[in-house]
Amino acid sequence: MTRPNSVIGRARRRVDGRAKVTGQTRYADDIFLPRMLHCRLLRSTEPHALIKRIDVSKAQAHPGVHLVLTGESFPIPYGILPVSHDEHALCPDKVRFVGDPVAAVVAIDEATAADAVDLIQVEYEPLRTYATPAESLAFPEPRIHDYGDEGNIHKIVALQFGDVDTAIDGADHVFDDVFFFEGNTHLPIEQHACVAAKDPEGKLVVYSSTQTPHYLHRALAKALAMPAAHIRVIATPNGGGFGGKSDPFNHEVAVAKAALILDRPVKICLTREEVFYCHRGRHPVLMRIRTGVTNDGRIAGMDLRTLLDGGAYGSYGVASTFYTGALQTVTYQIPKYRFRGCRVFTNKPPCGPKRGHGTPQGRFGQEVQLDKIAEKLKIDPADLRLNIVAPPNSLTANFLRVGTIGLAECIRKVVARSDWKNKFRKLPHGRGVGLACSSYLTGAGLPINWNDLPQSGVQLKLDRSGGVTAFSGATEIGQGSDDVLASCVAEILGIDTFDIRVVTGDTDLTPVDLGSYSSRVTLMMGNAAVQAAERARELLADAVSKKLAIPKDRVVFADRRVFDGEQPANGVTFQEAVCLAEAMFGTIGTTGSYTAPKTAAKFKGGGVGPSPTYSYTAAVVEVEVDPDTGWIVVPRVWIAHDIGRALNPTLVRGQVEGGVYMGLGEALMEEQAFRRLPAKLSRALVHKFPSMLEYKSPTSLDMPEIFTDLVEHPDPAGPFGAKEVGQGPLLPMMPAVANAVYDAVGVRVDEIPVTPEKILKALTAKAAGKPARTGPAAFPDIKWPEALLVTPPWEGGDGRASNEPPRKKRTAEAGIEANAGVRR
Amino acid sequence: MTMKVHLTMRVNGERAETLADSAKTLLEVLREDLQLTGTKHGCELGECGACAVLLDGEPVLSCLVLGVECDGRDVTTVEGLATGGQLHPLQEAFADHGAAQCGYCTPGILVTAKALLDKEPHPSRERIAEALSGNLCRCTGYLQIFEAVEAAALSDRREAGSVASAPSATNSAGVGPRATERKMT
Repeated sequence: MTRPNSVIGRARRRVDGRAKVTGQTRYADDIFLPRMLHCRLLRSTEPHALIKRIDVSKAQAHPGVHLVLTGESFPIPYGILPVSHDEHALCPDKVRFVGDPVAAVVAIDEATAADAVDLIQVEYEPLRTYATPAESLAFPEPRIHDYGDEGNIHKIVALQFGDVDTAIDGADHVFDDVFFFEGNTHLPIEQHACVAAKDPEGKLVVYSSTQTPHYLHRALAKALAMPAAHIRVIATPNGGGFGGKSDPFNHEVAVAKAALILDRPVKICLTREEVFYCHRGRHPVLMRIRTGVTNDGRIAGMDLRTLLDGGAYGSYGVASTFYTGALQTVTYQIPKYRFRGCRVFTNKPPCGPKRGHGTPQGRFGQEVQLDKIAEKLKIDPADLRLNIVAPPNSLTANFLRVGTIGLAECIRKVVARSDWKNKFRKLPHGRGVGLACSSYLTGAGLPINWNDLPQSGVQLKLDRSGGVTAFSGATEIGQGSDDVLASCVAEILGIDTFDIRVVTGDTDLTPVDLGSYSSRVTLMMGNAAVQAAERARELLADAVSKKLAIPKDRVVFADRRVFDGEQPANGVTFQEAVCLAEAMFGTIGTTGSYTAPKTAAKFKGGGVGPSPTYSYTAAVVEVEVDPDTGWIVVPRVWIAHDIGRALNPTLVRGQVEGGVYMGLGEALMEEQAFRRLPAKLSRALVHKFPSMLEYKSPTSLDMPEIFTDLVEHPDPAGPFGAKEVGQGPLLPMMPAVANAVYDAVGVRVDEIPVTPEKILKALTAKAAGKPARTGPAAFPDIKWPEALLVTPPWEGGDGRASNEPPRKKRTAEAGIEANAGVRR
Repeated sequence: MTMKVHLTMRVNGERAETLADSAKTLLEVLREDLQLTGTKHGCELGECGACAVLLDGEPVLSCLVLGVECDGRDVTTVEGLATGGQLHPLQEAFADHGAAQCGYCTPGILVTAKALLDKEPHPSRERIAEALSGNLCRCTGYLQIFEAVEAAALSDRREAGSVASAPSATNSAGVGPRATERKMT
């Protein structure tokens, strides 16, 4: 029988709330084990060089030092993507950026380890360094890596969906714009930390601030050549992740090895400077978008080119490359589309997934270009978008399956609440409003390691105490995944979230969940939790219906009771219900799992972009720009997010506002930028400001008022109809700010961040009668491969490319092989 | 080799004695010698505010204070906010209002907010933002933090009678009913 929700949809304290406000949450660096030693890494001072010789003798002889490791102890490479296992815990023979680890010292304490690190002498043979994609494209040799598509090009791809050139050339108007999005970093307040030890049985246990314990588990098994079953990875609650703790990291592999050798616990906690070197943040992306538009503002075709500065390693880069061109089609109708992307290696810390993973850059260009289109066609930007919103339950040109789409409602909400119609092009000079929209995945449809295994598993244990324990491999990184787990189970079993013990992110105890990335946890873990809880409810309902002698479909679970829906007084407590079920069936344990539906895209590269469903966001940003200085302030933001269903509105609002905050940081100030030291200081390529003081991020004083609306139309793919919220709301902020600057002072800053300096430069150009714009001048000529030709669905396409050679089939065996990790 | 110093502090209302490395910061003494790991660190350079504690009632960045400077002084950390088995109103409000997401900046923000409320029981939104401007938070966007501080200030007034009859050991003067109305925004 159905009943109103008692947990889902109510604003509640999160299950880990008390631990977090009392300082009792144990993050990785809070772990202190008996006989624990401390590790520090020596990092390269050269951006690109061969290691000719490492002399560790003085470090080894330093009092208090227990172990010094170098690259020769780590012959087996690893990496997050199967196609780019290009990392070693310590560089064996070559360094690729300033900060690349070359040696590890383990000592009685951190200070001793740091002293000994300074005693290590490394002789380098410098190689040509690559600071920019232009340099990497210009010089194929020497190669930063000996793999990749060509020279220093890591990945180059081309996909075409329909005859895009004819469509664009035949359109009423053609818009051709070049944009640049500077890189930025996650800046979690918690520095990465890791403790490794041998457990009493001699197996390896690793506690780490990782968003992806499952992938760390796999990487450790491979890099250390150990059976995965003898390794336990415990993801401690992350003090912020945002994508920055999603790769297996050097320091994790290094301390694991040290703990195995020394048979003592070994801890490492990175310095803030080292966190900047770990990076894996937003790729700097140069892009060119050529769009054909009809007189009434409909898109005839779109041709996108992106050039990604990947930094020194592969990381998630292949996926990031595809993501710069994947989701353009799920917001608006684009009947013909071409995407060409190129990621190059440079001698800088590796880029990877930051909140929005690869999509914010392309989204920025697309939404600013739409603003330019609306301006030229004299159509209100909101109306222009409303006119071309993608239809629900449809396939896009690139075979992404749009499910529910609340984008139009999001646009209408922010337009109404912000009083857009009375502000846009009507505010006094220096004040302006800008609008932008976006969409994001609710979980990547395909797992990183292609196999047929579930993407998320949940186990429940119920016992005669009335206690329920929920086990899941998902990782709490602040987003509230523990609360999602508890709330899904509590709702179905009619108990309170605080009645449930959640055990998460522990590869020994919990079933696999692929990790806290791609906004996948609420949907995937949530669905697995629902399935496990429904199975438990079935068992309890069987037992209680027999006890009460009523049909099973009359049994209701609510208020910690299990009772007859027609005579609520007739029932038992939840604990009694568990006892009845335990007596009838034996020990009560259930499982649930989730596997995403098969994707419609069958072409190579079509694995990036599909999702069980997409979230949608619209935002209006108001800015105040000083026309004399370019100084920019954001006083107000209106944002509406299509979440399907808010499981806990308090946490949902927190994710929306957190996304707005982080988006404003990217829009206005955050830059992961580099410079060359002068010749007398080695000409090394170094991070401009690897400190929190100099890497500017918004403080409490910089926050605007935020007016948040949630659009809730439950999506059948999500648990209780829920879609993602962790990443989507960040995306519209950057283009909305740029569009608002244009409304305020009539200049285009086609570049992120939109700094006062760039605004002033555009204002100065405007005053001099030059184009009122700051931004990149051109997109370089790149020798693109022949595009895979995929016919769009409305032209009869089946999701395959007509010109693609046959590929290997993916199987469950591939997953098992990779899991075993040992290849000798 | 560094020298050890004998430190006697009053930490969270209790006498705490330790023999600590003279080069250690208060942060390190608290976390490593006194096992009070509730105080966090994000930079150890005085840039992020995660390590804030109260030293004689004033918020300080414990990564910039040497342990030896704290001999004989009064230190309050997040572990000392709850009294008599009851969470501090700020803690209750932070948990209820979504002011702690990853929770890592939370201890530093809680003690900083406590110092504010101890002096100004009903601060404006602007005063709260100003007081917390040295504490970086990457998760929340700060608004739910502001709301939690405001809610705590309100609950403090609601429970003013009981607070007055059972003053907490760490609360200094100034807690209690106030004639001025809090401005609602």
